[in-house]
Amino acid sequence: MTGGEGIPPALWNKATSDFPCTERKDVIPIDVYSRVLPLLLDGFVVTIQLVIFAGFLSFVMSFVGGLARLSRFAPVRWVAGFIIEFFRGTSLLVQLFWLYYALPLLGVTLPTGLVGIVALMLNYGSYGSEIVRSSILAIPKGQTEAAIALNMTPFQRMKSIILPQAFRIMLPSFGNLMIELMKGTALVALITIPDMTYYIKEARNTIGHDTQLFSMLLVAYFIIGIALTMLFRWLERKFSAGRV
Amino acid sequence: MVWKWDFTFNEVIPRLLEVIEVTINATLGAFAFAVMVGLVLALLRRSDRKWISWPTYGFIEFIRLTPPLVQLFFIFFVFPHLFGLTLSPMVAGILGLGIHYSTYLSEVYRAGIESVPKGQWEAATALNFSPLQKWKSVILPQAIRPILPVMGNYLIVLFKETPLLSAIGLMELVGMAKGIGAETFRYTEPFTIVGILFLILSYSASLLVKRMELKLDLNRR
Repeated sequence: MTGGEGIPPALWNKATSDFPCTERKDVIPIDVYSRVLPLLLDGFVVTIQLVIFAGFLSFVMSFVGGLARLSRFAPVRWVAGFIIEFFRGTSLLVQLFWLYYALPLLGVTLPTGLVGIVALMLNYGSYGSEIVRSSILAIPKGQTEAAIALNMTPFQRMKSIILPQAFRIMLPSFGNLMIELMKGTALVALITIPDMTYYIKEARNTIGHDTQLFSMLLVAYFIIGIALTMLFRWLERKFSAGRV
Repeated sequence: MVWKWDFTFNEVIPRLLEVIEVTINATLGAFAFAVMVGLVLALLRRSDRKWISWPTYGFIEFIRLTPPLVQLFFIFFVFPHLFGLTLSPMVAGILGLGIHYSTYLSEVYRAGIESVPKGQWEAATALNFSPLQKWKSVILPQAIRPILPVMGNYLIVLFKETPLLSAIGLMELVGMAKGIGAETFRYTEPFTIVGILFLILSYSASLLVKRMELKLDLNRR
């Protein structure tokens, strides 16, 4: 059996060996779902890992980038602004391909999984930086003035006054950003990271039955999307409890 | 491995400029599709009949929560089985990205429609306008003006999504860069130039949108 590079052989063989009706793609074998499901679940775990790691890292980068863009020191603002505009202006797939194909030729070879996470972090972290920046700017100036009047240090001001209020404004936008990131993880299949999309693409080359395979894939992503939506609704409720 | 300037200027840039048209055509085609279908979805979503508005809502959510890449694969690989419809990469791409972004634009339309004051609806009713006249002459002109900059931003977002179409074999900028890389084993120059082209185009487009925002003077009352 050919194909299935990067996929655990046990799973791959179970799904593809002695596959009935491989020649006749118009006949739907009843077990196409049960054969491919273990394969899909294995890729599902990879996709979830990507969402969690890249999501966490871009969350951190959003705060670093957003605060750097509001820095008192002009060079910090410029550098942060340039980096953020750069990653917002070029597209995610271009960044992925650049890190995957072009960087090794310049002498830096990263593991493929890391390339995916780094590209997702840089791209969505840059979008997130704008969320953090605009939410902090949305806090009324009186809050800062009151904190200064209370003799707080700039760090205390940010930590105890500004950020807790800004965070509630950010949450819905971060929810949308995480959904975008989840959809973005599908692109890593194109640089051969074995996520759900990669598994299904490989399986399709061997056993066909595109309709069943891609329907399963769409539903799997939809389930993650619903879970993320519910998670962020819950967070929004939690952080706005007891407030007007 | 060092950067080769003669390769960049004699081979990479001319070949990329040749296909820049493909990227722009795909962007504009998908956007035109999204603008039309988005309006239809927004109106269906507003329908009083639950058997129309609920399935529309379900469709919008499903499309919004699944990756455009997988939707493109679905259209490109599954539509031939399902409908006996074999699409070229360009048509499949316009359809896929168009449908994906129509769900986003339907939300934008919804915001625009809801921003039209209630008095306008009542005035149109009082003047005995038919529903078609009401939408065409009163509501939509006022609903669309404030959302034009937002739509401009989605045009830029869509432009940055067109590299996905290289995955279904369309020879646009990224597909061509990959092709040049595969022929010459030099990936650095093509992908760097593609990145710069995207940056130039999307950044200048975002400046245009900002100018449009100022020109429309949306705070005018």
